[in-house]
Amino acid sequence: MGKIQTILQANKLAQGLLLAAFILVTAGAVYLIDRSVTAFLLMLASLLLLYYTSFSNGMKWSIAIFLLVIVIPFATSGGTSRESYMEVATQCGIYVAMALGLNIVVGFAGLLDMGFIAFFAVGAYTYGIFATGQANNFISGELFPLSGGSFWIFILIGGFIAGIFGILLGLPVLRVKGDYLAIVTLGFGEIIRIIFNNLEKPVNITNGAMGLSSIQPPDLFGFQFTFPHQFYFIVIGILLIVIFAVRRLEHSRLGRSWKAVRENEIAAQSMGIPLIRTKLMAFAIGASFSGMMGVVFAAKQTFIDPTSFTLIESITILVMVVLGGMGSVPGVILGASLVTILNLQVLTEFTSWLNQLSQQGIFEVPNALSPSKMQRFIFGMILILVAVFRPHGLIAARNRRLPPEAVKDPSPPLSKPEVQPD
Amino acid sequence: MSDHQKHNVLKVTNLMKRFGGLTAVNGVNFDFPKGQISAVIGPNGAGKTTFFNMITGIYVPDKGNIELDGESIVNIKPDRITSRGIARTFQNIRLFGSMTVLENVQVGMHIHLKTGIVGTLLNLPRVRHEEHDAQREAYRLLEYVGLAEWYNEEASSLSYGAQRRLEIARALAAKPKVLLLDEPAAGMNPRETSELTGLIRRIQQELNISIILIEHDMKLVMELSHHILVLDHGEKIAEGGPEDIRSNPKVIEAYLGKSAVEEEIQI
Repeated sequence: MGKIQTILQANKLAQGLLLAAFILVTAGAVYLIDRSVTAFLLMLASLLLLYYTSFSNGMKWSIAIFLLVIVIPFATSGGTSRESYMEVATQCGIYVAMALGLNIVVGFAGLLDMGFIAFFAVGAYTYGIFATGQANNFISGELFPLSGGSFWIFILIGGFIAGIFGILLGLPVLRVKGDYLAIVTLGFGEIIRIIFNNLEKPVNITNGAMGLSSIQPPDLFGFQFTFPHQFYFIVIGILLIVIFAVRRLEHSRLGRSWKAVRENEIAAQSMGIPLIRTKLMAFAIGASFSGMMGVVFAAKQTFIDPTSFTLIESITILVMVVLGGMGSVPGVILGASLVTILNLQVLTEFTSWLNQLSQQGIFEVPNALSPSKMQRFIFGMILILVAVFRPHGLIAARNRRLPPEAVKDPSPPLSKPEVQPD
Repeated sequence: MSDHQKHNVLKVTNLMKRFGGLTAVNGVNFDFPKGQISAVIGPNGAGKTTFFNMITGIYVPDKGNIELDGESIVNIKPDRITSRGIARTFQNIRLFGSMTVLENVQVGMHIHLKTGIVGTLLNLPRVRHEEHDAQREAYRLLEYVGLAEWYNEEASSLSYGAQRRLEIARALAAKPKVLLLDEPAAGMNPRETSELTGLIRRIQQELNISIILIEHDMKLVMELSHHILVLDHGEKIAEGGPEDIRSNPKVIEAYLGKSAVEEEIQI
């Protein structure tokens, strides 16, 4: 086994062939077999295998985009479960983007935020209010609902407004540190939800607990996006932009200042890094990713209400980041995908399998112990297991190591260091 | 040319700091000459680090003034002090442990890099250029302090002496006028201390930076310093060149007690 590993590590062609074979088999299985969760998950796992190959970065990205944009949609198109597969993939994409946003706050800057779903809600309601007749309640003129054509600009507007809320949250909150920050942000998340739940009097802005329905779906020159397999492409598009942005930020002056603030605040300040501004940037940018996906969520569900934005959602995203690896972009992508798939596919499949068993009289699982309801318990277990066995997450954050050509310079050094004899 | 005519880079006037009932620094006056190495010494608890912390803006003085090249720097936040031209190292090493050695130095360059968020996201050529230059500049600084071969290593994995040198490289990256070193030789063996002495002297001579040290290692202090300020219980008890301080009875008494004065022990 070890021998096969060494051969594989050296031989890119072998890796390529194996990967291609794997993709062919799993995609074929998804296409031909009706409703096979295992085949679908294995097909998604090909992305993880791709990560571990030794191809160049450009090659990996090209293959990844090929898989995401062509292979996966095509493979799932044969058969009746197309929309449910695409729904899972779309949800994965939404959560990955949110988790990457939280990763900036928690992973890079080290600020524990337990109310992150609030920014998702802000994005969703930003689009929801103006893409339904809701805005007519406080802006006169019967201008609303705006057409689905406005969806595209609202992605940016929603992101921007969520970013503003990120700063508004950050300002009072950054006086406190560590555990206290966690509790205050948790409170803020709940406050946002409760405000949206009650903002129906005196002016009805959010329609309270009844939520906003008949939200306009996106419209691109007459083409309406209503099915999951269509939203999939919107989500993948935004996700690729988010991933690009995060990678740029991670290795920039700003990314370094976040990490410096996380590692040693006093030293960071002494090196000229303005603490409040740096932390607010982390909040604002992380929040804006969440806000953008909130807009997509509202357009996809066409109905939103405050129950979609509860504390358990904030904790779910935090679990994704911790499981994947705090501060690690590939880790967080993996963590978010795994938790989403766990929630949407594995738990529901397991529940229906157990139901089947109890119907056949083999096994009687009490209702209280059904896997869907055990979600919180399972999250707790995940966190404990990660803390005990893999505290750095599934794919731990790694430093960027520069090749000598990137740092050595033909011009002479400042001076030759002398070696002092004893 | 008398000492008064030499240009003073840092001028401390009547500096006082109280913490509740404890007066940590009490009415200290001192002029730090430009381009030279000065030392602040005194027994533990004399107020040396509090003194440093006021210069770097971590504490705000209750009374008195600090002037850098003629401009007052009191009431300026620590992150703005750096842009004025003061950089420091810490008594307890404060590195960014999980970042690489090179990245630690790059953080030191923060105030000299211009790239903001927009430039980063758009990945403009100007931004990429600045990053490449920063990488090379950081590497040159690492070569200067003798840490170049570890540039990709995690900072926390360095040996103790190397970590102290990394802190110095990081401070140099800020291109300061004044470099404050808080017990740079603490915990070092004689060989490391001797290398450090050479490095500090080179920084002063080759890079033209004014250096202020807090140190307990008297050999290093006497060898390097042009001018020494002695604090005890928050007050200045002596100042002068190494020869004056070495045999000053007040200083000896502060460190070694009255009996040492009687036995004419020298520091």
